[in-house]
This record gives sequence, structure tokens and C-alpha cells, in this order.
Amino acid sequence: MDLKPDQKIDIEEILDGIEDYRPRRKGWTWRKKVENQQIGPFEYKEMSEQLENSVSLPASRSFKNIDPQPEPVITTEIASGRFEDDIRRMRMAAWHGADHIMVIRTAGQSHFDGLIEGTPEGVGGIPITRKQIRATRKALDYIEDEVGRPINFHSYVSGVAGSEIAVLFAEEGVNGAHQDPQYNVLYRDVNMYRSFVDAAVAKKIMSSTGMLQIDGAHNANATAREAWKVMPELFVQHAINSMFSVKAGMPKDKISLSTVPPVASPAPDIRMNLPYSIALRDLFDDFKFRAQQNTKYIESSIREATVTHTLNLLLSELTSADLQSTITPDEGRNVPWHHYNVQAVDTAKQAFAGMDGLKDLIELKKDEGFLKEQSRELKERAVLFMEEILEVGGYFKAVSEGFFVDSGKYPERNGDGIVRERDGGVAADSIVPRDDDYMAPVCDHFGENNLPDDLDKPCDLIGGCTLHHPEKIDFIDELDPEDNVEKRLEKNEEYRKGSKLKPEVQWLGDGWVNVTMFLPESKKVAEFAALEIAKKMNLQSPEVIHKEVMQPAEGTVCEVKGRVDFSIDVDELEIPEEEEALPFDEIRGFVDDRPINVVAATVGKDEHSVGMREIIDIKHGGIEKYGIDVTYLGTSVPISKVVDAAIETNADAILISTIISHNEIHRTNMKKLNDLCVEKGIRDKVILIAGGTQVNNEMAVKAGLDAGYGRGTHGDDVATFLVKTLRGDYDEEE
Amino acid sequence: MPIKREDDFEERRDHLKDLSDEELKEKFWNLTEKIVDPLIDLSKTHTSASIERSVLLRMGFNSIDAKAIVNQVINADLLGKGAGHVVYKLAQKEDRPIKEVGLDIGDEKYTKEDLRSLFNGGGE
Repeated sequence: MDLKPDQKIDIEEILDGIEDYRPRRKGWTWRKKVENQQIGPFEYKEMSEQLENSVSLPASRSFKNIDPQPEPVITTEIASGRFEDDIRRMRMAAWHGADHIMVIRTAGQSHFDGLIEGTPEGVGGIPITRKQIRATRKALDYIEDEVGRPINFHSYVSGVAGSEIAVLFAEEGVNGAHQDPQYNVLYRDVNMYRSFVDAAVAKKIMSSTGMLQIDGAHNANATAREAWKVMPELFVQHAINSMFSVKAGMPKDKISLSTVPPVASPAPDIRMNLPYSIALRDLFDDFKFRAQQNTKYIESSIREATVTHTLNLLLSELTSADLQSTITPDEGRNVPWHHYNVQAVDTAKQAFAGMDGLKDLIELKKDEGFLKEQSRELKERAVLFMEEILEVGGYFKAVSEGFFVDSGKYPERNGDGIVRERDGGVAADSIVPRDDDYMAPVCDHFGENNLPDDLDKPCDLIGGCTLHHPEKIDFIDELDPEDNVEKRLEKNEEYRKGSKLKPEVQWLGDGWVNVTMFLPESKKVAEFAALEIAKKMNLQSPEVIHKEVMQPAEGTVCEVKGRVDFSIDVDELEIPEEEEALPFDEIRGFVDDRPINVVAATVGKDEHSVGMREIIDIKHGGIEKYGIDVTYLGTSVPISKVVDAAIETNADAILISTIISHNEIHRTNMKKLNDLCVEKGIRDKVILIAGGTQVNNEMAVKAGLDAGYGRGTHGDDVATFLVKTLRGDYDEEE
Repeated sequence: MPIKREDDFEERRDHLKDLSDEELKEKFWNLTEKIVDPLIDLSKTHTSASIERSVLLRMGFNSIDAKAIVNQVINADLLGKGAGHVVYKLAQKEDRPIKEVGLDIGDEKYTKEDLRSLFNGGGE
């Protein structure tokens, strides 16, 4: 299947033949940096290869629609509970520049003793199953072909089925995974012995296919009461998992530290986070860095989260990031919505493009003063932490004594760390010693294994394992006849294939919309008033998801989400056809035979000249290039003066620009132009056109003009309209 | 129970303060290795139900069958031999395909004594 940019991805086609799908590559892929790359009018120092298909940033309109792609791989986390809807979001994110798609697992999967099969719906994430992974990887194959860059697919190798999940991922070509036994122990209460024993096997399997591993240390940030105080411990957690991984057979360049700037503005963000980031990169210089964004201090403000994340990106630029993760700015208000994934990716893309080459221009004072002292102190505190772990009898004992995620800045301890008993937790007492004759006749198996000596590779003993002979994989399709993707697709078919349309934020046809309203009331009153207003707007299940005081008495801005209980029929919409500009030669030829002259001005008390100049000036590709004669009167020109000039020059057309829209002045100006031309008896002889940021064709025609143009209009459009009108194209149509 | 302690960094760091940055880094990684070595040794010498299911997956069993086989192996107290090992031995003994034999173990067609007898006397 080839995706076409103007066609939706077909989930049924993805699922067709899924039982025989094989991943076309395994392992992780980095972006390819291009030195001194010329992109549009600019030269970039740190950007990577460009995409074949993408959506560029809004402001790129002014820069020939360039879409510079930063050097770090950019991550987005997508998991709504239905992978078939996530696939559409993945495509959107990829078009904006994400090439690392991470899926969160459904609640409770880490305690599920074995693999989940089929495609059941998840809660807060996706049940990771073979079918779901296959379908997603297959879809990503198509998407990466479409955008022109490999996409890394990622999930979690953790919980009490970690080793099996690692095999599943290796078989199915998952490119990266979180794996950190400490995460299981501290946050999932999986027995600590079991966690480490399973993890070593999992890591070895992950390494066999070149998967990139991300650790779990960043969770201490999100858990500790005062996140910035756990900095020394973060070094320790990173070190334990990194060293354990190396000893389990993982190469260092496949081990990525997940690091989050622990504190966020309005704290002095950079001053506190930078010494930490520098110290970390000093100690772990052989490893990769995955810069995650802060989630701990996200509230419901999209703006605030975006600024925090932009500062995080500055930190990445000042230090380093091999992968830049993004957090959706709506994480503090709801399960992430489609467009916030895209916004988060755009924030990273925009910030990195803007900071391109920054390190060539400035130097950090790493060797003296504050940065040096602070980063040294953090390292020493981390060393002291590890000394005490050994003093008390090692890692397991230290965990049982609550060393980790204590809110004190080590060696300070507040006695509120997470305590796990050595013989406690999920799957306690579930490891057994390998006997002297223990044997596992498969490849990439960690630990003691008494295989016969004469084998080329272990699986030769059994005629091949699934890692070398994927045809041996025994695919299970569905186990639950009701809770599966086929049933869900049946239910929403009219939205996928018919002409029914509903707004959505995460699932097709979910109906959710968001309404922003300012209410001149206190926060409390505004909240309840907003709900009442939403009800009167017929929004179902309304919920205030953000409120922010402007001034305690003067007012509050509220955002309310709610569902609409209707759909519309796209086929019944009346959409005006977009006019295509005529070819240059056709316009030029017409003007040669029948010269056109126009009068142009920005009218009213309005000093904006840029828009009109774009339409008329030859150097902006305006209508002058076709030989159209323009009498430009300037800005703040009264309507009467424009009409007088048109009479004087016997103009074919009047072009007015009207940008200011206070008190509907733009509408008034348009109407006035028509009325005055009628009054002076020239209306039949002159074509009237208005343009402006708040103008559209419908509005202009209603005001009595012939055409109106908004943002994004070019001289070609206006010239085309003039030619077509003068040669009578529109008369014929009517 | 976790202890509470004031920040005594200044006293504790006494033996670190004269180390160069390089020496401090070396110490950091030496300590890490000392913490991790026992964890790696434990992992080399132990196995679990999940690990053994991962072996069976690699041998071509699906997740449901792998679970059933490992449960029988645990019943027979043979996890320490390796579940794949049990299947392999039985296949060797009966000269039947690995897959067929494994499914029969999962279907409880063998008693735990049958399975245990694979490892009694004789060895490999």
C-alpha cells in the first residue's frame, strides 16, 4: 500500500494479511546530520536530512515553506487505548517531524503474568499485544515511506512478563524500549529479585536486534515531593541500570539515559537544571541521552507547559540530546488529544531550528564558578549515596531501607523514601536457581546455559529459533470475540467510510470539542457559569478543564470540554470552489491585447501597507508583473479619494486594503466603496475588490463588492479574477 | 524503617574533596560496578517463569502454549532445568518434533513423574 497525502490511511488494509507480516528492518535508526545545510534562504549548522512530505511551521509561509528537521530524534507518546485511532495520530505526528513513536501500555499490564493477545481496548494506554504491534509497525512502514524518514517504534519491557515482551519486541521489529528493573521495583512493586533476574534476560534479547534502551530514572523526578532534591539519586539510578545493561551484553551506544530537567520555572529553571545536566553528561559520556520534558510541574495551562518545555529544549541545546522527547502540553488536563501531540513536536522542531548553531556562539563556564562547583557537588553526593548502599549491604538492602525517592537532597534524608521488602511485592519468591545442567536451546539467552560445545549457534539444537526463523512464530489473532479491533471498526464504519463527520480529540467520532470563554466573574462563579453555558450550548458531559484568573474580581478565562451529540454530512456541505490562478502567459497575453489599469489604496485610518504591496508590487510577484497599470494612492486614504482617482484614470478596477477590523470598520469601508460607486454612476464600469486579514469573499460580496481576499492571497489570484471578469468568464457561468 | 538525617554533606565528603574530577568519576564507576556485580551474578544463576516462557516463545510456541508448558514444568519442580530443556529432552527421547511434544506437555499428557524421569540417571 502506498499512502497518498490526500487520502486517509486504511486500517482494514493494514490488518489484511497481518498474520504473515514481517518487519522489514530491526534495530534503532538515528537521523542523518547534514553540515552547513542550505534550506530555503538560510544556512543551518545542526539540521538533519529533510523530509519528502511534511507540514511545516505556520511562520514558514514567510520563508518559502521551509521545514528544517533538527538533529535529535524527536519522540511523541501516543496511546489512547485504541491503536487503530493512534495510527492516524502517528501519521499526523510524523508529518510534523516525529520519528520516535512511543506507546504507553494499558493500566495493569505490568502485573499481567504473560503476554496479552488480540486487540482489546486499553485504559490510559494500549494493551501491548503481537497483533497490535504488528499492525502498528506495518502502518509505520507506510508512513515512513510517505514522509521519507525511518520511524522508530517503542514501548515498554517491564513488569512480570518482561522477558517474554522482550522476545515479542525482538521478533516484531520494535526499535526501542524502556527497560529498567528499578522502575518495576520502586513504582510497580514487582519483587526486586525477580525484576533484576528477568531484566538481564530481557536486555540481552533487546541487544540481539539492536534495540535502543531507555531507562526509568526520570520517574524519581515525577514521584519525589521536591523533585530537584533527588538529583544525586538520579545519577545512582542511571548508573545502576547502565552498568547492569552493559554487563547483560548491551552496547553502550544502545543505552540511553532518560533525563528530565528536575525543576521548572517559575523556579530559576536554567540555573538549577544546567549544573545537573552538565554533571550527568560528564559522568555518562559514553552513553546516549534522551532528554525528556518536565511533567511534574505541568498544570492545565497549555501556554505555561509550552514555555517550560521550551526552556527544557534550551537546556538540550546547551548540553546535548540524542533523542528529544516531547510531552503534550495538555497532559495536565486530559489524556492527550491529537493536536497536542502535534503541537509538542512542533515546539521541539521550532525551538531547535531557532537555536540552530547556538553553541558556536556562546560558551558555558564549565571550568569555573557556579557551574563547576554545583556539578562537582552533585557528583560527590552521588558517590556518597553509592558508598552507603555498599555499607548497608548492597542494592537490595538499600531499597528495603527506603534509600530511593527520599525527598531529602542526599545525604540529607527525610525518611519518606519508597520501601520495598526483599521477599515482598508482586511475584515474590518466584525465581529459582539454575541447576548445573540448566539448558535453554535458543539464541541470545543471558546467563549460565549448558549447551553442547559443537553448535554454531544455540538454536541449531532445535532446528532454529524464531529470531533466526521468523516463520516459526505462532501468531494468535483474537481471543475475545467482542473486545477487538474488528468489532470497533464495524461500529464506526459510517465515520470512516461514509460521509458522516464529528469532531474528535482521540477516537474517531468521539464528539469532543473545547470551548474557550472569558467570564467577568470570580474563579468560583466563572467555573459554574461556564458549565451552565456549555449545557445551554448542548454540550454533553461538560467539564471545565482549565481556568485562570485574570484578576480576582474582573474575570476568569475558562476552557470547557464537552461532546456534541450530532454529526454532519460532509456531502451536504456547500463549499465554494477554490479558484485556480490562470497561467502567466494567459494573463500577460490578455493584458497585452486589452490593457488593464487599477487604483489601489489602504483605506480609512489604516497605515498597513504590506498586504497591498504584496498584491501589486512586481518585486513581490504582484499584478504589475503582468503589465497591469497600478495607481497606488498609499495608506489612510479616504474612500471618496479612491473613487475620485478611479474616475479620473478611467480605472477598470479598485483594490482596497482594509486591515483594521475594530467596530466592523472593514465591513463599513467595503459597503461605503460600493455605495459611493453607485452614487457616482460608475459601479457598472469598475470591478471592486477588497483585501485584508479579516476579509473573505463572502463578506465582501455581501457588502456589494465583486470579490474579497484574506490571508495567503497572491497577485496571481487577483490578476486571474480581473482577467476572468473582464473577458466575461463569470457571465457565462451564470 | 527509613532514617531521617540532616544534610551532613560537608563532613561526609572529606575523603572526596581532594580527588580530581577524573578520580571522582573513576570512583563513581567503581562503586557502580561493586553494586551491580552481585545483581548480575544473581541473574546469571537464576531463572523464572517469565524467562522460561521467553525461551519457549523463541522455540516457536505461542504465549498460551508457553504458559501451559511452564506451568507443568513448575508442577514437576523442573524450572531449574529449563523449560526448553524439558521439551527438548522429551522430544529427543521420543524422537518426535519439539512442537508436538511441547503441546502434549501443556495438555497434561505427561505426569510430573514422566517429566522428572527425563533427568534421573543417565544425564545428557
